[in-house]
Formats: sequence, C-alpha cells, structure tokens
Amino acid sequence: MSSDQTPPAVKDVSTQEARMGEGADDRFNSTLREAFGSTPFILTKFDQFMNWVRGSSMFMLQFGIACCSIEMIATYAIKHDLDRFGAGIPRASPRQADVIIVPGTIVSKFAPRMKRVYDQMPEPKFVVSMGSCTISGGPFQEGYNVVKGAEEVIPVDIHVPGCPPRPEALVYGVAKLQERIANGESSPVTVKPYELEQFGDLDQDELVQHLADEIDEDDLVMRYDWDNSP
Amino acid sequence: MSLEKPSTPTEIGVTEDGLDYDALAELLGGHVLDRESHVNAEGFVVRPDEVQDVLSTLKTEAGFDHCACVTAQEYDDRYESIYHLRKFDDPTQELSIVVPSPKDDPHNQSGARVYDTADWHEREAYDLIGIDYDDHPDLRRILLPETWQGHPLSQDYNQSQPQIVTLRENANPLQGDRRSEDDPDTMFVNIGPHHPATHGVLHVQTVLDGEQIADIEPDIGYLHRCEEQMCQDGTYRHQIMPYPDRWDYVSAGILNEWAYARAAEDLADIEVPEYAQVIRTMSAELCRIAAHMLALGTFALDVFGDFTAIFQYAFRDREVVQNILEDLTGQRLMFNYLRLGGVAWDLPEPREEFFEKTRDFLDDLPYKLEEYHDLITGNEIFQMRCVDTGVLSAEKAKSYGATGPVARGSGVDYDLRRDDPYGYYDELDWNVVTETGCDNFSRVLVRMREVEESARIIEQCVDLLEQWPEDDREIQANVPRTLRPDPDKEIYRAVEAAKGELGIYIRSDGTDKPARFKIRSPCFSNLQTLPEMSQGEYIPDMIASLGSLDIVLGEVDR
Repeated sequence: MSSDQTPPAVKDVSTQEARMGEGADDRFNSTLREAFGSTPFILTKFDQFMNWVRGSSMFMLQFGIACCSIEMIATYAIKHDLDRFGAGIPRASPRQADVIIVPGTIVSKFAPRMKRVYDQMPEPKFVVSMGSCTISGGPFQEGYNVVKGAEEVIPVDIHVPGCPPRPEALVYGVAKLQERIANGESSPVTVKPYELEQFGDLDQDELVQHLADEIDEDDLVMRYDWDNSP
Repeated sequence: MSLEKPSTPTEIGVTEDGLDYDALAELLGGHVLDRESHVNAEGFVVRPDEVQDVLSTLKTEAGFDHCACVTAQEYDDRYESIYHLRKFDDPTQELSIVVPSPKDDPHNQSGARVYDTADWHEREAYDLIGIDYDDHPDLRRILLPETWQGHPLSQDYNQSQPQIVTLRENANPLQGDRRSEDDPDTMFVNIGPHHPATHGVLHVQTVLDGEQIADIEPDIGYLHRCEEQMCQDGTYRHQIMPYPDRWDYVSAGILNEWAYARAAEDLADIEVPEYAQVIRTMSAELCRIAAHMLALGTFALDVFGDFTAIFQYAFRDREVVQNILEDLTGQRLMFNYLRLGGVAWDLPEPREEFFEKTRDFLDDLPYKLEEYHDLITGNEIFQMRCVDTGVLSAEKAKSYGATGPVARGSGVDYDLRRDDPYGYYDELDWNVVTETGCDNFSRVLVRMREVEESARIIEQCVDLLEQWPEDDREIQANVPRTLRPDPDKEIYRAVEAAKGELGIYIRSDGTDKPARFKIRSPCFSNLQTLPEMSQGEYIPDMIASLGSLDIVLGEVDR
C-alpha cells in the first residue's frame, strides 16, 4: 500500500491523504472524493452512465419565437439561472445543441424553418415545448395561419403549459426532462407531424395543380391540411 | 413649460379650435366625392384613380406629413382603403382619405409614391384583404407565404382549405445564388429567420459586395398569428383585452392594452375615472422602463456579443420592475390589467409597501443608469460601432412613418403622450427626449434618457396615489356588460407605446364585436427604415441598426 511510503514522522495518515501527497490543495478533496475513500471507482452500466451524463449537461439551442422567449431569456438570466441545473447558456447553432425549447406560436411560414432547424440538431435530441401555443395553438388556435401545436411539426418530450409559463415552470419542465433522460425514457410520438417533402411527391389534387407553375418539382414544401388537424 | 411646442406657421385648414375641414375640402376641390364623419376625424371619399393627386396635395400644401396607417376592409358592396393622415407637428390634426373600390375588381392607385410608408401597408392590405394597388413599386404578399391561396380577411375566405408553403426562400449562398448578374462579385446571404441577432423570427435577405451591403430586404411574417382576426372574433368588453399584451410582448403589455382601451373607450363614449388614469399612467411607464431595459440589453448583446455583463444587468433591473408589476397585476408578462373604463383592481394592500417598493426602485435607478452609461455609452468600442452608423435623416424617418425612439433619435419631436394627450400625462411634469444624431447611438441614448423621464412620471404618480382621498378611489367607470357601439362608427386612436405610435382602427357594425379591427404597429413602420439605414454600410452596422430599431416581431407581424 502506498501508506508505506509516507514519512514515518507523520502518523495516522489516511489512505486518501496519502494518495493526495504533500502540497496538494484540499479544494480537490470534494465530499464525493471523501465518500469514495480509498476506492475511487463506480460500477454502473454504460448506458445508464451515458444517460446520466446526457441529462446533467444539456446544451440548449438559442431559439426565440414569440412571447415565451422573453420568459425563456429570464429563465437563463441571473435570477432564475437555468445553468444551475446543468442546462446552461444557449448555443446559437443547432449543430451544437441537444435540447430545443420551442417558445411561442408556430405559424405556417415558420413551421418548415423550425423543422429544418430541428433536423440539423445531432441525435440524441430533445424538445421542450413552452407555452400554450405549442400545445394547441393557445389563444391563437382559431387563427387561419397558426399551426395547432409544436407536436404537429416535431416530436415533443415535455410540454410546459402557461401563457407564458413562469420561469419556475420552465425550470421544472427542464428538470423533468433531465429526470426522464437520466432514466432512459423517451416520448412516443403521438401525432403524425407535418413533413417537409418535395413538391413533386405530393398527391395531385386541385391545389397542387394550381401551384404547379409557381413551385419547382424538387422544392421542399409543407402541406397543411387544416381540416385534419387533431 | 416643457410640454409646449414652438408654434408652426399656419397651414390650410388650421384654426384655433381644430381643423377646418371645409377649407381642406376646398383645397381638394372636385376630388372629394363625399364626406364621412369618423370619431377622430372627417373622412374624404375620393376616386380610386386620384389617390396620388389627393395625397400629394395634402402632403405638400396642407402639411399632412404623416401617413400613420392604411386600413383596408371589405364591405358587402365594396372594398375600401383608408389612409389615416396626421401631422408630425400636431397629431391631433387628422384626416382620413377613404378610397372605395368595386367589389368585382378591387383596385385603386397606390399612395406609395407619396408616402414611403404606404409601400408595406398596401402590401399588407393586398395580402390580407385582396385589394390591388396600381403603380405600387412591388406588390407582393408580405405576411403570408407567397404560395398562399386566398385573402384571409376578405369575406369569402375558407379557413379550412389546405395550403402549401415552400422552404425555398432560404436560398443557399454557396450554390451560386449570386443575385446581381451585372456584378458577379456580390453574394447573397440570409440572416434569419432563426438567428441570434434578429430579435425573434425576422428574415433579412442581403446581397453583399465584399462586406458592404448592396441590397437588403426584410422578409417578415414568421410570427403572423392573426391578431386582427382574433380581435374581430372577440367581444369588446372582455375578450379583446388579453390580446394586446401579446402584440408587443417585451413587457410593454399595459402600453398596448391602453391603445385598445383608448380606442374602444372613445368609440363607446366611456369616461375613465381620474384615479384609474393615474394608475394607468404609472403602470404604463413601468412597462416602458422594462421594455427599454430589454432593448438596451439586447442591443449590447448585438453590438458586443456580451451575454454576461450588460445583458444580465439589464435583466436584473428589469426583474425588479417585473416584480412591481406582478404585485400590481398578478402576472409577470401578460398583465391583462386594464379594463374598458378603468383598471381591473386597485393597488395591492398594504399600499405603503407597494409605494415603498416602487420608490426603492426609483431611488436605485440613477445609479444603475450611471453604470449603464459607464458600460455602454461611455465605451469607446461602442461609440466606434454606433456613432454615425445607421444614419436615418429626419426627412426619411417622417416619410417612412417612423415613430417613437427611432423618430426621436432622428430629431423628430413627436410624442403622443404630449402631442395628443391622454391619461394623466398632461398634468405631470416631464420632458420629451430627442437627440439629433440620427444614428444608432442617438436611438440608444433616447431610450436611456426616456427611462429617466419615465421614472419622473412614476414618481409623481406615486405621490398622487399616496395622497388620493380614500373615498374617491374609483377604479372603473360604470360600463354596460355588453358594449354595442352604434353601427358604422369608425375610429382611429393611437397611444405612445414603447416602440412608437401604436394605433387602433375600429369599425363597429352594431354588434358586440368589431367589424374591422386594424392594428397600426410602430415596429412595422420602423422596420421599413432598415434598408434606408444600412444600404452601403457594413454588415455588422446593419446588425447594430436592427438592434437600435428595437423591433418586436410579434408586433411587426401581428
């Protein structure tokens, strides 16, 4: 054992102290380190470990849509400080993000772009939908231009209701998401979402034929059948 | 007193007690077919093919230099466009130009050659109502996608028909999408709709020549959530009031609510008790401070990319305002506090605590502002970025209908709180802030100085409320449960919101819901000036200009 090599003058030296050696700063001596004692090893399943890591360090996407984004910023900012929960300062590029918070009303013109942003995020990715608009269209549900919920476009893991939800509610939603990730749970997709598809692949009907002059065959389009919205 | 303006040379139709519409009608002569009487002004009915003549006569000879809004609507027997004209020197002098056009082929002459601002307003009218404007520079859809079918606010629109929306507007700059054929060095770059610097979901299409902007076009409509339709579907008394909070959602809720309250109260002849007016004035100015704080923080974020210091400081201080507003209204963001005829409830008990909290905030404010001046306006890098960039001349600002801090940063002395008084503003002592730099720096400075003025107003309101006799605290007028204004009553009324002139046009048809509800959003007009400011500038300066405009996409797109 290493305790043999300690100078004989110092008695009652713990194994841990001996390992640390002399001159080491005790700030490295965390409670966790103390708890482990002389055997600093954990046995766990790799999947479980990865899930725990994923949930504990989430990169959010900097993504603002409407009113809720103001409360989302307030959640990131000093008073509520989402960073305390390991879900920190937002990243501007979807390529670097794990979690997308959808904060606001999604309208027909924006849904294809949001889908594109979501597609650009690397797997595994998670979605928190914030506010009533992303659940059902909220106060704007009757609008001619409003997509009735984020789930019509992308799969959603956690819904945070409210108009807008308070920052505390969003923190709770994110914490719940972390819990689910740590437990390896995933959400079933409950709605068949609107897809981006090539214009040429759409079923030929009156509308498609009418637009045939304006849209190229290989343009990506999203078709809204408002009547079939859930 | 500071609230007085220098007198202007008299123009046609100006008399001591308001506008003399007969003189104006005489000026226009045979152009005027008929005269209507709206609540705010008289309306002159003119022929659809004489719009340009009429507007330019009124602009050059009668001094109507502000085309506040263009409202379009469909009646059972005709389409109609209304140009709401007023004067920057005295916005109480108003005139509506009413242009009917036939039902089967609705078109009339465009006003965009006279007022630059009419460009976007007419595009919106074309998009939502379906009126064609002849001689318009670029008549395309503006809020809805280009492949949209039908005009949603027209009478025969079928809301459940399927729609197809393309993704092609976001062209790839690497695929040789060089726009200008005569200059192959230019490159096309998309900024947004998902971009950290666009303050939401704005899409800016730019053509770059090197690092300079050769051409720029804001593409809006990514947050067009049918606010006008929602308001037309709601009853006056209660169902409309929650929506204004969601137009300009940067905690400017009460300012927006006031816009609706003012229009509807004037439409239905409701007198608001004085006590309620003081509370309104105080809470509206608290909202203005919160909104300007956020504008300041995000502007620093745009210019420095500083997420840590200034942005967080601004949010820290905004949080204090939000706490006060939460005590007052029960909500952090969507206050829904005003009611037609007053406010929802009185100040929270114990009142002393509320006053103390508000006073504490006001006492701290000067130090905080000093800190901001140290960090922002006193910063050399900031000055280099902002002084003399994004220049908007007063002339252009007026022509584009810019209002609020954007206009006041260009030296246009226009503030509806003073010029078209409402609430309790004309009883209080405060100043309208203007700067003459016309650049990004001036616009930021105007906002920072306006925070000081708002604090002055709040202070006086708190004093008033504290001394208000207890048995005279009337918070709401007696308003009928169901409001049914007389049929065909029309009104355009505006208030000074955080971003500028927020106007509401309402036409009633005798039912308890408005037949037409049109929102004149200050951000919509202000954003139009972006190409003017950034043509030929570097792309980072364009980002700074965009930040200094302080747009909220919820209000631009409605």
